[in-house]
Amino acid sequence: MTGYERKSSERYLPDQGREACGLFGVMNTSGKMFPGNIAISAIKNIKVRGNGLGGGFAVYGLYPDYKDFYALHIMFEDKRRDVKTTVENFLTENFIVTYDEQIPTNPHVNIFHPPLVWRYFVTPEKKGDERNISDDEFVVDKVMHINTSIEDAYVFSSGKNMGVFKGVGFPEEIADYFMLDKMYEGYIWTVHSRFPTNTPGWWGGAHPFSILDWTVVHNGEISSYGTNRRFLEMFGYYCTLYTDTEVMAYAVDYLMRRQGYPIEVASKIFAPPMWDVINRMDEKEKHLNTTLRMVYGPLLLNGPFTVIVARHNEMFGITDRIRLRPITAGAKDDMVYLSSEEAAIRTVAPDLDFAWTPHGGNPVVVRMNSTDHLLSMENSI
Amino acid sequence: MYSYLLPEFTIERKTDRCIKCRVCERQCPFGGHKYDPDFDAMSSFEEVCVGCQRCAVFCPTGALCVQPHHSQYKPNYNWTREKFQDLKKQAETGGIILTGSGNDKPYKVYWDHLVLNASQVTNPSIDPLREPMELRTFLGKKNDTLEIELNKEGFEIKNELNPNKMIELPVVFSAMSYGAISYQAFKSLAMAAKEVGTLFNTGEGGLPLEMRGEYGGNAVVQCASGRFGVDSEYLNCASIVEIKIGQGAKPGIGGHLPGEKVSLNVARNRMIPEGTDAISPAPQHDIYSIEDLSMLIYALKEATNYTKPISVKIAAVHHVAAIASGIVRAGADIVAIDGIRGGTGSAPKIIRDNIGIPIELALAAVDKRLRDEGIRNKCSVIAAGGFRCSGDILKAIALGADAVYIGTAALVAMGCTLCQKCYTGKCAWGICTQDPYLSKRLNPEIVSIKLVNLLRSWEREIKEMLGGMGINAIESIRGNRDHLRGVGLEGWELDVLGVKGAGE
Repeated sequence: MTGYERKSSERYLPDQGREACGLFGVMNTSGKMFPGNIAISAIKNIKVRGNGLGGGFAVYGLYPDYKDFYALHIMFEDKRRDVKTTVENFLTENFIVTYDEQIPTNPHVNIFHPPLVWRYFVTPEKKGDERNISDDEFVVDKVMHINTSIEDAYVFSSGKNMGVFKGVGFPEEIADYFMLDKMYEGYIWTVHSRFPTNTPGWWGGAHPFSILDWTVVHNGEISSYGTNRRFLEMFGYYCTLYTDTEVMAYAVDYLMRRQGYPIEVASKIFAPPMWDVINRMDEKEKHLNTTLRMVYGPLLLNGPFTVIVARHNEMFGITDRIRLRPITAGAKDDMVYLSSEEAAIRTVAPDLDFAWTPHGGNPVVVRMNSTDHLLSMENSI
Repeated sequence: MYSYLLPEFTIERKTDRCIKCRVCERQCPFGGHKYDPDFDAMSSFEEVCVGCQRCAVFCPTGALCVQPHHSQYKPNYNWTREKFQDLKKQAETGGIILTGSGNDKPYKVYWDHLVLNASQVTNPSIDPLREPMELRTFLGKKNDTLEIELNKEGFEIKNELNPNKMIELPVVFSAMSYGAISYQAFKSLAMAAKEVGTLFNTGEGGLPLEMRGEYGGNAVVQCASGRFGVDSEYLNCASIVEIKIGQGAKPGIGGHLPGEKVSLNVARNRMIPEGTDAISPAPQHDIYSIEDLSMLIYALKEATNYTKPISVKIAAVHHVAAIASGIVRAGADIVAIDGIRGGTGSAPKIIRDNIGIPIELALAAVDKRLRDEGIRNKCSVIAAGGFRCSGDILKAIALGADAVYIGTAALVAMGCTLCQKCYTGKCAWGICTQDPYLSKRLNPEIVSIKLVNLLRSWEREIKEMLGGMGINAIESIRGNRDHLRGVGLEGWELDVLGVKGAGE
């Protein structure tokens, strides 16, 4: 990627963040839009899993009027206008900015050190060799540039018709601040309540993490962080936030967008079956699983995690290969819920049709107009 | 024998314990003990003693004690006893001083300045006695991408895969040729590798015909500058073919097997006349440049029909990172790097002790360079040179190695005591010799079990350490320098290693 200057040694990299967190995701598989109060009530119910040092929401179907434009949510730390000017100059060099505005906030909500958060609706304006790369690749490249090279500016999200709202505080405070319950509707909402064991009261460090229309909310600590990070760096993904969630977001983008694998394959890479299990598979399955482990071993996510990943028309949840973190799924008609706690789901949907706990490494895949999510009930607990 | 030299060792015989059974006399190939029937007495010849301790451990009454000789020259920091004695030897012979084993000089051992991590609170450690802990490793070039098709039977991989060799733990026996070591020692390594599911390396002395069928699947066969023992079947019976460019103990020069060790069977395997010196040229005379290396790599791939990974082994020298990058770009599937503490059966002492760089720094530099260039997944990296325990090995993997070669550690497991006299062909332990009287001291059935035990104990230790870090697959520690910290290292050393200082 352009614009990223490597330091001479890796020893100057900041530490990886460590956290334990609460997660919730909900999707309407018919694509019907609904407001934010479901996600807000659910995450409030598992307040104990957060400590007020970070909360955030990802919403899909957010900007129907601008659905063909990349929606960039960009924060400027300390409300620095000079940085905003730098970023805007960079944006006008590389994009056609159709519309931009400050993301409205509620001035009556008292919140920790809020940055200025602005949204831009843009179309890439590629020049020269850049014409050979796809729009998505171009956007990733420019987002990486802003994140790594422009100090005090950070892109919350960069997908079309979706957006991320996050900050330092309990998630319900962030929701109040951005007035999510009143202003927006979406057909997927994911939300995160953070319990970091490292310090930073930094808005960029909250979840969800996002690249293009991918968003990731995550609970856990990835022990393989260094391996995963260094593998992804070879392909131009530079982790600037030093939380393992960021690695997860880039790994998802690399495998699912760039390599084009479906989640069923990616999940075998993130949380592969044990060799003991693979040894007992039939030849074809064995070949597939062995090859995936051989080629993508550096992307095995080791250590405890639960993650909920979303993009347009799809949301999936998965937990690590030995299920050291919880995940529960629930379904009622065309609403599908994923959470780190069943209690969060029951709060907003007391009369579920189904509730189940999938095995480690077995993804719950929620797709538009499908019942694929029910497949994960097989062998579930 | 040299005149006017102090003996290196003193042999103390407790006469009240000695029963004159003459075991020591029979065990010492150097003639260190002799029975005099006229006087019915045992006598010792300290000037030939190499300190291998064979006599001391075989003495049934514990009558012998062999230790460094007490007499010394006037102490001098600059003119050490070793330097002093070397000068006297050279004044007498005009020759190059030979030695065996690895560099014994006090260069910093970085493994002793690196510490590993463990889980506390924020993630759980894993108990390897109760849960799976996976060390399986693949050596070779990995595909950049896979074509995966979803058909009615599920997902299927459509594209051709690069050849990879699967091993059950990331520890491989280093190149030790039949000729340098005895047939018994060579076979013990092969048997142990097969039992554990890893590899042994034939070195440049060929692979005896009768071993090819049974042990070829666990063999890395070398193609070195002397081309000894290389034929089509040799290449094709193996798992991996390795081009030997250099060796950590003697960067820049080729192998030396003195004619005394070229017995009939060794000669047959090397395809040379019996009793002739087997001297490998310093360079490979068909490789004077990186393009030439590429041609040999592809010649070997052609010869093996692209079914085997091709490895290139180099000594760790100053520009090792750039050289390794060139090797990968030349088409190698594996790069093996041998550091300054790597062992040898025979090398000029001046070269062994002064040339090359430590494997820790070389490995870190190579791994970083290959990643910076985006080609780390196009090869596997095997580190070699002085690995002493499973801690060293896991640290090497965290620095970025796919696997490590162990040579000296395996020899010690077989009985070696590092007396450094391998080049004499008189190894009292039956390892580094072709004398049938000595080599029959090793029974492959028994010695291979010792080697298996060594690997199994390391396997258990590695699993314990991995579990402590909350990691249950070796691939998740590979190149994971976040789990390493330096203690007692300077800034430039931490920079090269790419690890933080402890507490950072």
